[in-house]
Amino acid sequence: MRGARKVAEALATPLVPDDYLDLLDPMRAGADLRGRIVEVRPETADAATVVIRPGRGWQGHVPGQYIRIGVDIDGVRHWRAYSLTHRADGSAAAGIPAGCIAITTKAIPDGKVSHHLVRRATPGTLVMLDQATGDFTLPTPAPAKVLFLTAGSGITPVMGMLRNHLPELADVAHVHCAPSERDVIFHRELAGHHDAGRLALSLNLDDVHGVLDLARLDTLVPDWRERETWLCGPTALLDAAEKHWANAGLPERLHVERFRPSVVEPGEGGTVTFARSSRVVDADGATAILDAGEDAGVLMPSGCRMGICFGCVVPMRSGAIRDLRTGEVTVHESDEPLPVQTCVNAVAGSCELDL
Amino acid sequence: MTLAPQRPAHGSTKPQGINPRLRVESDAPRPQRPALKKSGRPNPAAHLSPEQIETLGHELDALRKEVMDSRGAKDAAYIRKVIKVQRYLEMGSRAALLFSNVKVKGFRPAWWIGTAGLSVAKILENMEIGHNVMHGQWDWMRDPKIHSTAWEWDNASPASQWKHSHNEIHHTFTNVLGRDNDLGYGILRVDEDQKWSLFYLFQPIWHVGNALMFEYSIAAYDLELGGYLAKKNRMSELELAKFRADRDEVFAKIKRQATKDYLVHPALSAVTGSARTTLTANVVANLVRNVWTNTVIICGHFPPGIATFEKTSIDGETRGEWYLRQMLGSGNISGTKAMHVMTGNLSHQIEHHLFPDMPSNRYAEIAPRIRDLMARNDLPYVTGSLWKQAGSVYWKVVQLSLPNKVEGRRRRDVIRLEIAKARRKRRLGRRF
Repeated sequence: MRGARKVAEALATPLVPDDYLDLLDPMRAGADLRGRIVEVRPETADAATVVIRPGRGWQGHVPGQYIRIGVDIDGVRHWRAYSLTHRADGSAAAGIPAGCIAITTKAIPDGKVSHHLVRRATPGTLVMLDQATGDFTLPTPAPAKVLFLTAGSGITPVMGMLRNHLPELADVAHVHCAPSERDVIFHRELAGHHDAGRLALSLNLDDVHGVLDLARLDTLVPDWRERETWLCGPTALLDAAEKHWANAGLPERLHVERFRPSVVEPGEGGTVTFARSSRVVDADGATAILDAGEDAGVLMPSGCRMGICFGCVVPMRSGAIRDLRTGEVTVHESDEPLPVQTCVNAVAGSCELDL
Repeated sequence: MTLAPQRPAHGSTKPQGINPRLRVESDAPRPQRPALKKSGRPNPAAHLSPEQIETLGHELDALRKEVMDSRGAKDAAYIRKVIKVQRYLEMGSRAALLFSNVKVKGFRPAWWIGTAGLSVAKILENMEIGHNVMHGQWDWMRDPKIHSTAWEWDNASPASQWKHSHNEIHHTFTNVLGRDNDLGYGILRVDEDQKWSLFYLFQPIWHVGNALMFEYSIAAYDLELGGYLAKKNRMSELELAKFRADRDEVFAKIKRQATKDYLVHPALSAVTGSARTTLTANVVANLVRNVWTNTVIICGHFPPGIATFEKTSIDGETRGEWYLRQMLGSGNISGTKAMHVMTGNLSHQIEHHLFPDMPSNRYAEIAPRIRDLMARNDLPYVTGSLWKQAGSVYWKVVQLSLPNKVEGRRRRDVIRLEIAKARRKRRLGRRF
């Protein structure tokens, strides 16, 4: 077997055998994980469930976990993380065919990927995938009393748990926040569970109740202090809830899923962090990162120093940069390192380089 | 890759990037261009004032931005399609070669089909795909499989070394005598301003040899083998160590390439008794690729009408002046769409040199605008058919194998003098 592999490599060089096999079957076992969009089903006016048939390398997931998905938008690959909402045992449920995985996404303002998935993605499109990950999951055995506190598309990991574990959960309270009733994702499904007595759903609608005041929990779920709580929603809610639970002396009861840890606001000049050489440099908005790094004694790869040879390219782990030639700002938006040219870019706010 | 220069560790005072080529404007006054060059030939840009060059720079910056901003799904689909076609063509051709010894009426159809297909596949791989991907033209797609930092090509020269000598040296210092070794690759005299020596007397032979063995001469060139042979006794330990590491990398690459083409694929064909014919097919395909790429590439900078530049003329060069040098230092090849693809769009050498990181499928659309811009500025846009351009280079190689014609001095005498000098040097060399 190893001999056959060596021969295949010798035949394919300078490519690798996978490059040819990918042409024939991009979804085969052993390939980089990919998936094909089967259906894009609207949930609300600005949210949709994307049903994907994953490649044969898919290893399954634990309900509550998320995947990273890489989609090409206007020719550029963008990676984002989304929670999985299908049944982990691969059986069909909620209209998702057996063997398919599903994510649900809400088109957020300026959200390039979410807009694309909700409005433009078409069945048949090949997307890049990563294996499921994340520790926002239920323990075994499941706790006796549970509170789910969700807002907006924060419902998705919880829906993943409900579709898989609801029968095992004896006492479930669910507080969900949305701008208005028609924005509630999975409304009918949740209401069905509520009516059947499988969970106690309280909706907090901004247009009726105003933005959720956590003090209201005492009314909505009087015994919230006794419940293991899973929380997912926008950063403001997460921060407020963490404080609320900490004040109650119960921080360990709260399990939080954070999707957008920080939003990068591009600035003029800023801090460049050279992660591997552990150096931090302040640079103005007119100094190329290459110059800033060299001045600080970092061993920088370099070439033409005018943006044409790509000899200075290094991976950027996070942050934002501005092109000195055009003023164009590039913001690092995913956890995938982004190769950037240091000779024609200045830091815009802050950035971290893998150097 | 070059290492960071030694600089004082404490605060640098320069507020701007140290490279004047990042900007069209200059803080220092720019010199007017001289009317004549050292060789006495006219300077094609002598009539342009620094302000005109600045305007030209802004215009080209705007054009670049317009195209770069409009890159999208169609462009991505283009390069993916070319890659797909190339890979299927290579697989299909190699499959045909498995039966290359099968004779039909005294003729081996699979050999001919397989060899032709493999030649085209190798040319596509080297030019429209490899050359352009390694230029970073497709980095914007953020696809790690089609990225300048990850691509390796079907050629003897390792990608890393080629990117250094080509992207960095050649594209930055295009046609600057003494800085851009692509001007004749160190073995040919292709410009009157290059100094003549006895070695060039036989350059028509070197030229043909270079074309036939092009992938290996590129590898030797990227390795800077010539520089090593000339000054190996004066190189520091560090330089020697770097040379040895690079040399080992080249040998490893050549070994992999040769094993594939001349050992493993022929061995597979042995089942049908086609080992020998597969071997010859691979040899021929590599030769065809070598001669074709060489023919295209010599048309880029060597045909008559293309300017070269003195070393000192690029001191403090602005972005506008750099653009100007790229336009005057490159020449195009006219032809059909298929022809442009087969040259890796290096038929749009002028456009490529202005914007080396622009996706190659976009050069054709900006070509008329560049031509118009150059016409408006009274600059010669050098172009012609492949046969005309390549033919003129072959003729130039023959002509320039002799020293320049100088009034009052016979070329025969110059050559005799050089021969005498060389003899004397050899005798002296023997004595010591």
